[in-house]
Amino acid sequence: MFARGLKRKSAEDGEDVEGGLAGAQAMPSYSLQRQSLLDMSLVKLQLCHMLVEPNLCRSVLIANTVRQIQEEMAQDGTWRVVAPQAAGRAPLDRLVSTDILCRSVREQEGERPAPDVGDGHTPDLVLGPATVPSAQALRSPQSSLWEVDSSRENRGGFQKSLDQIFETLENKTSGSVEELFADVDSSYYDLDAVLTGMVGSTQSGHGSGLQAFSSATAPPPSSSCRSDLGELDHAVEILVET
Amino acid sequence: MLLSLPALHLQTSEYHPLFQLPHGRLGPWCSPTGSPAPLSCETGCGEGSWILVCRLLVPTQVSLLSMEEDIDTRKINNSFLRDHSYATEADIISTVEFNHTGELLATGDKGGRVVIFQREQESKNQVHRRGEYNVYSTFQSHEPEFDYLKSLEIEEKINKIRWLPQQNAAYFLLSTNDKTVKLWKVSERDKRPEGYNLKDEEGRLRDPATITTLRVPVLRPMDLMVEATPRRVFANAHTYHINSISVNSDYETYMSADDLRINLWNFEITNQSFNIVDIKPANMEELTEVITAAEFHPHHCNSFVYSSSKGTIRLCDMRASALCDRHSKFFEEPEDPSNRSFFSEIISSISDVKFSHSGRYIMTRDYLTVKVWDLNMENRPIETYQVHDYLRSKLCSLYENDCIFDKFECVWNGSDSVIMTGSYNNFFRMFDRNTKRDVTLEASRENSKPRAILKPRKVCVGGKRRKDEISVDSLDFSKKILHTAWHPSENIIAVAATNNLYIFQDKVN
Repeated sequence: MFARGLKRKSAEDGEDVEGGLAGAQAMPSYSLQRQSLLDMSLVKLQLCHMLVEPNLCRSVLIANTVRQIQEEMAQDGTWRVVAPQAAGRAPLDRLVSTDILCRSVREQEGERPAPDVGDGHTPDLVLGPATVPSAQALRSPQSSLWEVDSSRENRGGFQKSLDQIFETLENKTSGSVEELFADVDSSYYDLDAVLTGMVGSTQSGHGSGLQAFSSATAPPPSSSCRSDLGELDHAVEILVET
Repeated sequence: MLLSLPALHLQTSEYHPLFQLPHGRLGPWCSPTGSPAPLSCETGCGEGSWILVCRLLVPTQVSLLSMEEDIDTRKINNSFLRDHSYATEADIISTVEFNHTGELLATGDKGGRVVIFQREQESKNQVHRRGEYNVYSTFQSHEPEFDYLKSLEIEEKINKIRWLPQQNAAYFLLSTNDKTVKLWKVSERDKRPEGYNLKDEEGRLRDPATITTLRVPVLRPMDLMVEATPRRVFANAHTYHINSISVNSDYETYMSADDLRINLWNFEITNQSFNIVDIKPANMEELTEVITAAEFHPHHCNSFVYSSSKGTIRLCDMRASALCDRHSKFFEEPEDPSNRSFFSEIISSISDVKFSHSGRYIMTRDYLTVKVWDLNMENRPIETYQVHDYLRSKLCSLYENDCIFDKFECVWNGSDSVIMTGSYNNFFRMFDRNTKRDVTLEASRENSKPRAILKPRKVCVGGKRRKDEISVDSLDFSKKILHTAWHPSENIIAVAATNNLYIFQDKVN
């Protein structure tokens, strides 16, 4: 079991990042368990995102668990410590992990329909003759990690990336998993953002794109896909710089 | 008090090759045999003695009776139907619900079918058959659909069934899958009009030139038919998966709740619904909580509750505003720091919420417990019952195999004094609120002998396992009882275990 209080106490012994790591090493079984729980959760989350309509309750609970583990790891310092090495790692790994973790955001950006299309994707307007007269109808539709639609080719690509992440997980030596995920960004906050689909909005101008989508005219998916790829490159650049 | 429950089990292997439903499909059966067995109460917690009244097997691929090919399913004799040792995914029961009188019991399954069972009429010769249910009507409520815009398959699985109070000879029920709610009318017909003047026997219009005499049609008796007809389809109002439907006590409206929104409908209006709760964040990336269940107050048509994945319950008053984004009451229990783990939030997620019949209490089910809340006390439940606390040490593997996300439901008995909920290994639990006693019973063919009293089960937690105890490690997590129902006024319960529906009744009956 993962008794949270216990670990925190020992981690607090270390003043700085290295101290936190030492604390973690002093309790290898706990940090190992926590790491495996994190790995498991991340894989589950990825599998959720492969589905067109995942079980939202389950996805949210898993995402919250991931967030919770990461918060604790950040407090221990076990999360941050690999960051300097991450900058020097082969870009391939970084691309793989970034690609996977951002995938759903990209798909979503590429495929988010215009609100007026009324395909049920737009939650605030109801398809066909049915309408939901409420204050909510006035709100602009927003992006949704959970409303992701993945096109066929995207899913194929995703499968590939997922295989890669499994491969990485299987071949992991000590600390390599941390590195894998640390590759995404050096701070837990940003990883958190990535996992909850926030990366697009924080790092690639996703927010402005959102406003564009809020208006009745949505750009055709193909062009937005391309721009998303550009945005991804940009995000990777930022990540490399860190 | 917990009632005595003698167990009566059904023979499973009787098979009559001649009696088959159309298309060669077999119907459900129930056939009690055997004789009553003495009460067995070794564990001391089984003051109840329930008997198995019948085990109803929801028929494999039976149902697709369209309106035209109705048959009188009630003709099916108990002993004629065959048991299936296998079950396809579509046969798995996904919801069970008694109607308001308890005369009918409806089940929905993953194949989109609704099977309605009717209670056997009492007869003096067959006292022991009281409480037996036989198939009354079977119909395909929902079909698999494909959303071409989203490139998305919509499952036909019936998530919930709710009966409307009966107002005439016909019965009405609501059934829902992930996206669409349907109102069904189930009615009987035992007479047929014959001798139309303008139509022939097949219903075709006759050439007016051939009509030479005036004939008045007459009603002739015929074999009883039970027809199920879809009367309303409430579609296109849910982006997420519908988890609950609840009929309001005004009998004119009902609500449907999905992961993020609750809509209010009028039964007569299918093209418009009112959004009464919306917890979708402006930015979906900030989503950390979903709606898990919702229900109307049984008497006050203005108030309803909904539960969330964070273990909280909100009571809303529709008089306060059209959009109930501000709750009237907020029920939450402070977290016990000694039990905190990474799974705390997951196991506190509420899978079901039910008002007591009186309307005074709310019952909620989370992964490990059932809680009873007093509407007048928001800061903690008045009662907490451990359903299977021995799983607390197994949460990591239950997370790994996804069982931790199972959605167990819970029910009240007719007088709100006993509550019942399911567990794993085909076990289900009852808690007597007055005596504080509880019992674990098992719904399985292998372990309940015909007409024998159901033996209380006990799970062994520590090292030494006593005889008749089952160790935590040997529990079968694939056999889970998620759905149960309690007769509104009598001690008759229905327990769904994969594709089997067990009906138990209090021995006193």
